[in-house]
Amino acid sequence: MSVHLKQDKPDTSNRLDDMKQGVIGAPLPRVEGMAKVTGTAPYAAEYLMENCAEGVLVTSTITRGEVTRIDKDSVLSMPGVIAVIDDERLITRPAQGTANEAPQQKPKSVSYWGQPIALVVAETFEDARDAAKHLKVEYREEAGAPLSPDAVEPEEQEGETVHQGDLAHAMAQAAHSVDVTFTTEGHSSAAMEPHAAIAQWDGERLTVHASLQMLNYNITELADAVGLDESKVRLISRFVGGGFGSKLGISEDVVSASLAAMQLCRPVRVVLSRQQVLQCIMRRSETTQRIRLAADENGRLTGFGHEALVSNLPGESFAEPVLQSSHFLYAGQNRELMLKLARIHRMTAGSVRAPGEAVGMPALEGAMDVLAHEIGIDPVELRLRNIPEDNPEEGLPFSSHKLAECLRQGAEAFGWDHGPRKPRHTREGEWWVGTGMASAARVHNVGEARARVTLKADGTALVETDMTDIGTGTYTILAQIAGEMLGLDPGKVLVDLGDTRHPRGSGSGGSWGAASVGSAVYVACTALREELARRAGIAEDELDLSNGRTQAGQTLSQLLDGQDMAREGHYEPGDIASDFTASGFGAFFAQVRVNRFTGETRVDRMLGAFGFGRVLNHKTARSQCIGGITWSIGAALTEALEFDPRDGHLVNCDLAEYHVPVNRDVPDLEVLMVEERDPAASPIQAKGIGELGMCGGAAAIGNAIFDASGARIFDYPMTPDRVLAAMPAD
Amino acid sequence: MAETISINGTAHPIPEDPRITLLDFLRHDLRLTGTKKGCDHGQCGACTVIVNGMRINSCLTLAAMHEGDEVTTIEGLGTPDAPSPMQRAFLENDGYQCGYCTPGQICSATAMLGEIANGWPSDASETLDGDIEATGDEIRERMSGNLCRCGAYANIVAAIRDVAAEESA
Repeated sequence: MSVHLKQDKPDTSNRLDDMKQGVIGAPLPRVEGMAKVTGTAPYAAEYLMENCAEGVLVTSTITRGEVTRIDKDSVLSMPGVIAVIDDERLITRPAQGTANEAPQQKPKSVSYWGQPIALVVAETFEDARDAAKHLKVEYREEAGAPLSPDAVEPEEQEGETVHQGDLAHAMAQAAHSVDVTFTTEGHSSAAMEPHAAIAQWDGERLTVHASLQMLNYNITELADAVGLDESKVRLISRFVGGGFGSKLGISEDVVSASLAAMQLCRPVRVVLSRQQVLQCIMRRSETTQRIRLAADENGRLTGFGHEALVSNLPGESFAEPVLQSSHFLYAGQNRELMLKLARIHRMTAGSVRAPGEAVGMPALEGAMDVLAHEIGIDPVELRLRNIPEDNPEEGLPFSSHKLAECLRQGAEAFGWDHGPRKPRHTREGEWWVGTGMASAARVHNVGEARARVTLKADGTALVETDMTDIGTGTYTILAQIAGEMLGLDPGKVLVDLGDTRHPRGSGSGGSWGAASVGSAVYVACTALREELARRAGIAEDELDLSNGRTQAGQTLSQLLDGQDMAREGHYEPGDIASDFTASGFGAFFAQVRVNRFTGETRVDRMLGAFGFGRVLNHKTARSQCIGGITWSIGAALTEALEFDPRDGHLVNCDLAEYHVPVNRDVPDLEVLMVEERDPAASPIQAKGIGELGMCGGAAAIGNAIFDASGARIFDYPMTPDRVLAAMPAD
Repeated sequence: MAETISINGTAHPIPEDPRITLLDFLRHDLRLTGTKKGCDHGQCGACTVIVNGMRINSCLTLAAMHEGDEVTTIEGLGTPDAPSPMQRAFLENDGYQCGYCTPGQICSATAMLGEIANGWPSDASETLDGDIEATGDEIRERMSGNLCRCGAYANIVAAIRDVAAEESA
């Protein structure tokens, strides 16, 4: 039986708070944790398949043009080689998040360096790898592909454009104004598990173990790509070794393994090399951002401008949504916002953790620090003075808003020096020491989701949905929601995820998983409670089920009377999205030291205070926050994709040259969760948290570099060469 | 008698194909998939195993080079029924998120504490000789060969410090 809830208005009942089990929000260890720490959790490439062949992708060595010939005979006689697959259904790019259709196919048409063009299949990985290196390919190259965002006339993304009032006039009249341009480099998700798939074909049905975030969309994308009916396709992703956007859509490994399995009628495994993961999955676009801020003598904004230039391949609809939170974060009645997209032949640009705010917020918050310095006002106070009552463009009310609390509580916990602030105030040996702060904001997303909850006759429960857990804690929080609602220890709730045979969840992406699929579980549990209450002769809202007993002493087993009871919860966001602006908010505080001789920056300590609705598990939520802060450190100091200006190929395509933070880059991190109930965010009053922790954090570090050393830098990452060039002489 | 390699106390014949790395031998030939492949180039540490008491990146060495060696993998450190103290500490401190780098982190951390106990200095050490304590800085420096993209480092350090404190108690 399916129960549908479309949320059209705020839910202030806070029903989870009425429950008596006391497990919601508790800092429980992950329910799948023991499998992970003992190495027994199986990831996509690790399923045992008899007679499994191994595939290795061959990628293009030209930037734009045609593959004119693939000389299969050049490798078919090599040891163990079974086939060269150059099917025109092979995909050449990953699908964008929620695409719900196949991405670009026809691999003989090349549009970027490193694009997959064929798959070599052999008996062993070693044989396949060797043959893939020896495959002879001939091309007709089309010279002159634009490779830099400056090389083309960009396209305005009209939905993002805002002209409100007269910003130029406001800037001219302002007591204080800032007009600065920031740049950010491309980023890679660089999840630790490379994209991988094992496909099986029984002559009619395709089953694929893959590493994917959103099976509910991925099944449609895969079916479309290979030309099968969706009912003939099954996807399984029980454990996903990190995604961060790179596994939102089906990737080249999934389709090539599927086509090979269908052609060869035996299982085929394809695992991307680390270099292929960086070169032919997703990049976050580089950005150039002009920010204009006009303020009165008290620091109140009268004008706000944010214009950004990003890039993508021809044919891609995704444009890094740099302005996403700029539309509502700060006041200012005169507004100019514009996003432009340059069509260039670097690899596909798509979602990397916190698309938009991950780069938009560091630029905006860097500019706010410049303004605070101009005015001579405490940067925390500047933000506090500019929190708008309502969305300054659309006039919508905020569903909830914890920015002020996060700023105040964060400053207090960090021991923030409210000023007056003057750079280069502290030197310890060869290190300048200083502090910086920034606001955090990330739009709240929710999506339609289904989950089935079955109360078993033995008094345990089973939660089933094709939702994924990509390290976010989904397994655990769903067990906690069901446990709280049904009066069960979470250890008695088995959560079965990542299989398209289950009801369709929301998928993991845009920080929406917990609020979306958590609400589906909540809806199913509410329906189960109604039936249990009917059987017990108690009103549902009075039914106390703690520890599997009603207040009258009946046990769940007695109420179930030997029969399982199942309900499918179907949650759908309703019109509420057009009534409110919903966002997570927060504040970052950082202390850094900057070497006066080498320009090296080390983060001494960092604190984040975040308000994101109900906290479902304090342990896993905190981990999401420290993960985001860690990404902030990478974005501030080290992470940059470097493209060869001659052919647009990604030069630093591995983990030695693309510098994600390592353990020693990350100090002890402090997290304050400013808990709230957001009635419009979801029926469980929860908002997203997976991305908020990196939406602005890089600016706290950049602003601290200025406070420490006097180096004001407008280019992220703030590598030693950039710091040295910007540092005033002693 | 065939040349063998000992994995978690069991002798296995060395594979015939000399191109097979120790990592692929474990994951593919022996189905010991707890050891992870993250980069295949010694850059991420996900494949860390313990060979004759030393932690190494198993992707950077060929199986054929380990005749007579004693290899311990995550499966040899503990099991779900009997986890090692380090495995338990990672669980309790949430020293992971997606779990993919985790077996490498745990193998690395287990051997790393032995290196500290043996007085091997690191870049973070005050002196090149003398006793070394398992401070946060020592742990961070010594664990920097094991990448965690989820960003669980702060919790990983907390987990290792818990075990170090237990061992010295």
